[in-house]
Amino acid sequence: MKVLPAIRRVLWTAVAIFAAVNVALIFWTDRRNPGGSEQAVSGRGGDIRPEFELTDHTGRRVTARDYRGKWLLVFFGFTYCPDICPTTLGEIAGVVSALGPLAAEVRPLFVSIDPTRDRVPDIARYVAAFHPAIVGLTGSEADVATAAKNFRVYYEKIARGETPSDYTMAHTTATYLVDPEGRFDRVYAYGTSAEDIAGDLKKRMENPP
Amino acid sequence: MIRNASGLPLLAAVLSALAILVVAPPCAAADGLRVENPWARASVGTARPIAAYLTIHNAGRNDDVLIGVETPVAGMAEVHKIETKDGIASMGPAGPVAVPAGASVRLAPGGLHAMLMSLKRPLKEGSAFSLTLVFEKAGRIEVSVPVQGIGAKGPPQ
Repeated sequence: MKVLPAIRRVLWTAVAIFAAVNVALIFWTDRRNPGGSEQAVSGRGGDIRPEFELTDHTGRRVTARDYRGKWLLVFFGFTYCPDICPTTLGEIAGVVSALGPLAAEVRPLFVSIDPTRDRVPDIARYVAAFHPAIVGLTGSEADVATAAKNFRVYYEKIARGETPSDYTMAHTTATYLVDPEGRFDRVYAYGTSAEDIAGDLKKRMENPP
Repeated sequence: MIRNASGLPLLAAVLSALAILVVAPPCAAADGLRVENPWARASVGTARPIAAYLTIHNAGRNDDVLIGVETPVAGMAEVHKIETKDGIASMGPAGPVAVPAGASVRLAPGGLHAMLMSLKRPLKEGSAFSLTLVFEKAGRIEVSVPVQGIGAKGPPQ
């Protein structure tokens, strides 16, 4: 009669250890190369693969290939983000303005890491408020997870209140630059000014890879 | 001519007094605490939270603590803090915020902000709303927060 509880205990312990190892592995792989770190800023690519298949803010399915020939400024955020995302999108809008006619060579992409709330009409309304040149991208949970994994972007849902709909998102704050050949070029850390990004982009456009 | 000589300076004085009232930077003070340069970004609808920013100067001799924020434009308002580690930002309630004597505390992008949730109306660029800061010792300080464009970087110049 005492054998069953003992077996149950052993099994539950095994489940707990298995879960802990899994969580540790997920954190280790996801945090190994978060976009904003110094290495990522100075390094050129590493294991970042700027590939995705998502839905744009007009409802069209798109892949990274559809943007070949353009420099991409890719930022992952969410429309319920009150601070980091409007700050960064404000800078990106500033980059587009500062580039003048050269802005035609650049596509800023805002990828939602909160596709549950950010459906196509939501993201369309949101990006349009910042600049008409910004493309909003969303998709299924799986689409977004794949895109984030390719860019080595980390995100996580954080519960805030009692209801399941009351949550915020933790996320990588960097902006990724992809060259016209579709290769990852560099990241701009959160807080990089529109002037600095525009200046750096102009230099790169004059000396294409 | 006489009317011009006497009337114009009076008109000018009235106009400049009005101009000072209109142009004076929004700030409020109590017990050595001053709240300056409040601003917020326009909202997209009412469901998405927005952040309000400002600077608190404590010129008094007593330490104080910011314990809360209130506003009639939001169903819920709290001081929140962004924590960034390894390039990953997360956000949560800041709890009580110390405002030591002689120090300034900035609520600014990437750090602390007054988080306004469940907005009762969309906040439009060019409008303003009332925000009350509640301090442990100084009590309540109300400021008028000007709403900037959605991509604004700081308070109106």
